[in-house]
Amino acid sequence: MSHLIIAPVLLPLLAGTLLLLSRRVLSLEVRRWLNLTVVAAQVVLAAMLLVAVGTGDILTYRLGNWPAPYGILLVADRLAVWMLLITALLACFALLYAVRGTDRGSRHFHPMFQLQLFGLNGAFLTGDLFNLFVFFEILLLASYGLMVHGGGAQRVRAGLHFVVLNLAGSTLFLFAAGTLYGVLGTLNMADLAVKVAATPPEDLGPVRAAGLLLFGVFALKAALIPLHLWLPAAYAATSAPVAALFAIMTKVGAYCLLRVGTLIFGPEAGTLGGLYDDWLLPLALVTLLMGSLGVLAAVELRRQVAYLVVVSIGLLLIAFGLGSQAGIGAGLYYLANTSFATAAFFLLADIIAQARGARQDRLDPGPPIGSAGVVGGFFFITALLVVGLPPLSGFLGKFLVLRAALADPAWPWVLGLVLVTGLLGLVALARSGSLLFLRAAGPLEAAPPSVAALIPVAGLLALCLALLIWAGPLVGFAAATADQVLHPGAYVQAVLHPTAAGGTP
Amino acid sequence: MEALMSAIVGVLTACGVYLMLRGRTFPVVLGLTLLTYAVNLFLFSSGRLAIGVPPIIQEQASGYADPLPQALVLTAIVISFAMTAFVIMLSLKARAELGNDQVDGRSEGGEVS
Repeated sequence: MSHLIIAPVLLPLLAGTLLLLSRRVLSLEVRRWLNLTVVAAQVVLAAMLLVAVGTGDILTYRLGNWPAPYGILLVADRLAVWMLLITALLACFALLYAVRGTDRGSRHFHPMFQLQLFGLNGAFLTGDLFNLFVFFEILLLASYGLMVHGGGAQRVRAGLHFVVLNLAGSTLFLFAAGTLYGVLGTLNMADLAVKVAATPPEDLGPVRAAGLLLFGVFALKAALIPLHLWLPAAYAATSAPVAALFAIMTKVGAYCLLRVGTLIFGPEAGTLGGLYDDWLLPLALVTLLMGSLGVLAAVELRRQVAYLVVVSIGLLLIAFGLGSQAGIGAGLYYLANTSFATAAFFLLADIIAQARGARQDRLDPGPPIGSAGVVGGFFFITALLVVGLPPLSGFLGKFLVLRAALADPAWPWVLGLVLVTGLLGLVALARSGSLLFLRAAGPLEAAPPSVAALIPVAGLLALCLALLIWAGPLVGFAAATADQVLHPGAYVQAVLHPTAAGGTP
Repeated sequence: MEALMSAIVGVLTACGVYLMLRGRTFPVVLGLTLLTYAVNLFLFSSGRLAIGVPPIIQEQASGYADPLPQALVLTAIVISFAMTAFVIMLSLKARAELGNDQVDGRSEGGEVS
């Protein structure tokens, strides 16, 4: 067993520490290159892990070689590694945008960026509920710093709400973890899966309460209705590369809902199986609708994109909420597409805001944008991706979700809402596009955007194109991932009863 | 002892929630602190309450205290301490940037500053 599994956790931690300590020694230019190199190395690591788990193996890494369920445990299966790869790719382009000057806003941008990745990677890899909490706190603490990076009244106000809400969420998480430990005596997720399935009837109440508390916490992170109100303000107020990186933050909540919902309260969990099923799909449908109304009502482009994140989380959780193999597979494919597309949109909104001078990103006719053809072209492609129109990967993701929904009894609701909200999104973005690009008049107010600013956007869009070109293998991988997630027996087996071959580090 | 412990956790949580719903940053921070105290006590008691029993193996011990919740509480205390420090600094910054200490940045009259 290799040490490859822990590398995506250790590398950003060490790099973050190094960047923090070397602030006075190394110049900003050197630290930028260092940071970029480390993020690129994480892409490579994630790709290597992807090859390792692509065969369907579940790799475990026991720190200190304590036998499960006692020690600290990292688990890499298809789902975790898929998330790692998306995170690393997203971070790569967000950082590429940030090194053009956004990182001057505060002294510790680069260390916090790495620590954010440390928390994200850890949260995806951990096999232990309490460590999930710890990694949540790490990624949140780094995100608080990144969120208010650059300062300004609006940013600080939104940041304060974000921090207080998430602290309340963390408290709920601890209450849930404490209840589970008090009743079942373990926090290892695989062990929890076994113990939950064998819960005696008199303990069902507390375990169910703890499970639903966890649902609330993850729903808060994922911005599921009615806990979504923090998101638009926070994402619209923060700086563009941070918002682009935060495109993965809501997906952490979705990941946890999927992981806990299928592993601990999954199909093999006896009486408590399917604990989240009653809640996830209806709430996701309402989220989709409310998010779309927000997209229509937004008067600033950045806020509009922030609502598009709510819309995408709605569709993603609809796919997960279907609970079928096809649904979860479609959701995982859509997750990659929507993360890249919304991140590109945040960067593009910032480019547009800068090119419009004093008007910023307010959606009203203003001065024209320099090299409007190129920027407008990018806007058009990104809008197609986000709304999910053919021929791009956004359409494919949405189509897969809809096809999976046909097998569900609630299919009229899903189809109706997804199609109507798609139309709403299309109307809203067409209006924004025409206001920003077609009805512009007067002289240029700011310099046209530089090519360097457009490269990260182009890169993210190219990733979406790659999702389309290699759609066959990727959809196959997503389906295999969904299959693995829906059969947690193998996960439990790999963690609790490792064979000699799959075993010790 | 169980009744006393649950009463303390309950009262702390109730006070914490009440304070968190206030409009100014200072009570909100105080409320968050009380909530973390409550959750720390709760976590501590999740390993069952026992007096005078050792957490590690001892020849003549009649029973053992569960050491894991103690480790969890220690972690939770450290994290909540850091979070409290951060949220205090952020509140001070918000006070400086927004010109008042309302959580949503509005003064009493309701204007956005």
